Amino acid sequence: MSETDLEQRASKRLYDIAKRWYDQISTGEVPSITLPTRTKQNIVLDNEHDVWKYGERESMRAAGTEKSALHLLKMAYVIWFIKKQIKENRSSTLRELYYISEGWKKGKFSAQDESNFLIEDLEILTDIQREAFHLRPEEDGATIFGDITLRESTRRGLRTMNCRDDVGEAGYQIPTNVEKVDLVSSGARFVVAIETGGMYARLIENGFDEEYNAVLVHLKGQPARSTRRILNRIHESFGLPITVFTDGDPWSYRIYASVAYGAIKSAHISELLATPQARFIGVQPSDIRDYNLPSDHLNEKDIAALKSELSDPRFAGDYWRDQINLQLTMNLKSEQQAFAARGLDFVTKEYLPARLADLGILR
Amino acid sequence: MKRSGSYSVALAEELAKKQRSISVAEFFEKNKHLLGFDSPTRGVITTIKEAVDNSLDACEEAGILPDIYISIRKTGADTLKVAVEDNGPGITPEQVPFVFGKLLYGSRFHQIKQTRGQQGIGISAAVLYGQLTVGHPSVVISRIGASFPAYRFQVQIKTESNEPEILGREEIPWDRLHGTRVEIEFRGTLAAKKRLIDYLRYTSVVNPHARLLVDIEEERLTFERVSDDPIKSPVAIKPHPHGIEIGQLRRMAAASEEFCEPFLIESFSRVGKKTALEICQNAEIDTNTRISALSPGELKSLISAMQRASVPAPPASQCLSPIGEDLIRKGLEKEMQLDFIAARTRPAGVFSGHPFLVEAAIAYGGRLEPEGPAQVVRFANRVPLIYQPGACAITSCVMSVSWKSYGLSQQGLPIGPILILVHVASTNVPFTSESKDAIASIPEIEREIVLALQEIGRDLKTFLSRRDRNRLIEDRARAVCAVIPDIAEKVAEIVELPVPDTSPIEGRIMKKCIVKKSGRNGKVTLEVNNHSNDKGIITIYLTSPDRGEDAIPKPDFLEEFSGEYTKVWQVPITPGSRFSATYSGNAGGSLDVRGIDERKKVVIDLDV
Repeated sequence: MSETDLEQRASKRLYDIAKRWYDQISTGEVPSITLPTRTKQNIVLDNEHDVWKYGERESMRAAGTEKSALHLLKMAYVIWFIKKQIKENRSSTLRELYYISEGWKKGKFSAQDESNFLIEDLEILTDIQREAFHLRPEEDGATIFGDITLRESTRRGLRTMNCRDDVGEAGYQIPTNVEKVDLVSSGARFVVAIETGGMYARLIENGFDEEYNAVLVHLKGQPARSTRRILNRIHESFGLPITVFTDGDPWSYRIYASVAYGAIKSAHISELLATPQARFIGVQPSDIRDYNLPSDHLNEKDIAALKSELSDPRFAGDYWRDQINLQLTMNLKSEQQAFAARGLDFVTKEYLPARLADLGILR
Repeated sequence: MKRSGSYSVALAEELAKKQRSISVAEFFEKNKHLLGFDSPTRGVITTIKEAVDNSLDACEEAGILPDIYISIRKTGADTLKVAVEDNGPGITPEQVPFVFGKLLYGSRFHQIKQTRGQQGIGISAAVLYGQLTVGHPSVVISRIGASFPAYRFQVQIKTESNEPEILGREEIPWDRLHGTRVEIEFRGTLAAKKRLIDYLRYTSVVNPHARLLVDIEEERLTFERVSDDPIKSPVAIKPHPHGIEIGQLRRMAAASEEFCEPFLIESFSRVGKKTALEICQNAEIDTNTRISALSPGELKSLISAMQRASVPAPPASQCLSPIGEDLIRKGLEKEMQLDFIAARTRPAGVFSGHPFLVEAAIAYGGRLEPEGPAQVVRFANRVPLIYQPGACAITSCVMSVSWKSYGLSQQGLPIGPILILVHVASTNVPFTSESKDAIASIPEIEREIVLALQEIGRDLKTFLSRRDRNRLIEDRARAVCAVIPDIAEKVAEIVELPVPDTSPIEGRIMKKCIVKKSGRNGKVTLEVNNHSNDKGIITIYLTSPDRGEDAIPKPDFLEEFSGEYTKVWQVPITPGSRFSATYSGNAGGSLDVRGIDERKKVVIDLDV
């Protein structure tokens, strides 16, 4: 679909939401919207794409209480704003939108989370991604280092580059709108997506990418949509196996889950963002035990998060249940850089080769 | 009365008997913590507490409305001078040395009724504390009436013999007709000033008949009285056979000339001829023996027979003085702004022969701290308990109640803008220690506290659910009448159609008479939409700086008051009727609607 078509469709669908409210009000009905319930209790496995999406459960929001009415009013303001923005061919960041709402009196957002969440609601209601609304996140994308050649359309025209040969030590920075990037070719064997910058730099310094012909991706914590989207596309385009290497704590498992299965917040577009074939390298709770890694005790929040994961359908398999229960019993967590306790080369010479062989990626 | 559990006093007496070289005063010197003088910060509160308790008790006995003046001044780096002056009945010059200069001297020591102080140790302990820490004698001025002179004393205690030592006594002119003033200088700091003020505030809450005027350094605080009725002084009762111990019985027996049976009848409450006979029989004592002739062994069997005998509960109504639900409410209201108060005075009960009663109150909202655990304020015989909340039966009772059933969240204590007041009154409040900080865990008392808390909890629940219901209605009214019109306007702009009328939604949801005011672009609009089935005439009062001379329709009345104009419209309403008025002017002002049932009207000021 061309960009103009997409924009027209976005405008039309936004108009439809407003028109529905207009008709409701005209017939003496309280305006309302119906959305899938966006909680972990309402995500189901989509068999076609093998990713987790919102289920059947819906919740209706009617303007019968002040809070809900204000929510609808804010949504009306946002629809009005996006329509205008598309028409005038301008764009803004999510943060800018939050600040623009300052002038909307009762429709003003109280925090950026609220406006972000509302934009996601609109994506769900229209079945169109926010890029078509001319909205972009301000978070800088993560970085890629490895043998991938791609073409990016920049304001200075098309640029073709290799993410190992044509970039500096820090790698290629993923733009916020990945749809502007064409993936051309790759000579790599697999991708390692890494949670922390320290480990990403360690692998580059130790020459892991060259030795094993790997592509390294720095996730920068919980990965942005663009990062997850590009991992999905690298997998689709070149058929490269994706692996995820994080800290050994409940928050890091969620990083893996959002790469592999989709995030609860963005489950409406899971098939675009998630890579179900992605494999988890570690740090596994069993690694903490087997390698006797330096570790910390779990705090109350960690324990609550682990328990919550036990009831999360994305972690329902035997593997995760065993690992999480093991971690709860040990009451320990470790960072990925804890491998340094066994020497700086340990992670690249021993741990990763062994784990990748376990996963059948290295032979 | 000899108090059971009065550990230090009993011990002090024992020691004094055995070793003449150790006096009560010396004992105190070594055991300051037992009486609440363990630290310089605490000494201030204890000293003031003892003096104020005495003043309140004295006024109460004389039927006087207390006016108490308290001043606290620094006299050195770590020394303070405290003065407490009251308008009580005064103390005769003969008594002054003993009241202030001898430990364990007091008029109430042997009485069985509710009093604040009990052992006669308090104020003289403060005098001793001053003497030991700074070395100056305390100054006492007292006058017993207009036709008597006022005397000024300089008092201290001979620590070896526990006898008063008068360093000066003179007649002085004094502007008070009757009353007492005591000045004590001692080592102390004002580090616990907030606690001290809390103590005074709570004292004022449970003594609503008293006025306290306080000068702390340069700061002046006044705690006004809200009741002009002096407290009826409780009347002393005779001991109850279940509430007596062997030592006391021995003393009473030694002092009596009576035979056993009349002794029992006359010395104890609720003992008649039949009960007296039964006790004597069970103790295997001849009723015709003189009580003073009984051997220690016989006295022992007598006391155990007394404990076993079934005797009605002691009369509580005269010897106890509850604050009363109404005055607790008034007392709390005057000291803090609150949304809700429930108070309860429970009927009197008995533990081990001692009458007691429990009062409790719960306050909600207002200026109370909106988050965090509830404030629990504890009282025993109208005296605030400031220290050791964790050791106190009141605290554990508050925590044992399931506040969740009354609509509050709870983590041990209930959470939220809550203040809980519990007052335990008794002829013998069972404290955990002599410093009188915490009430001991006595099952009978705990049961009453919990019952009182549950009763006020139910009252609070009713208030909270009514408030929630009102909030819901109000919330819906705001949504429908204030936000939906904005939504209508915005969606009309998006779909490029005229703004739809939202009054059908109002009508369907609210079924009420809605009066709306809004000021926009220099025009003020007043709208009435009657969705209720009521008919009649409503009166709308709109007060603002605008005259509204171009109003359409014209107001029925126009009143001016200090630059503000009140425009009054009288609007006839029938089911479904509408009315609107506009004039040039600005947003703001206030709106009031009369002439229709509160529950049938919704008044919305869109400018707020």
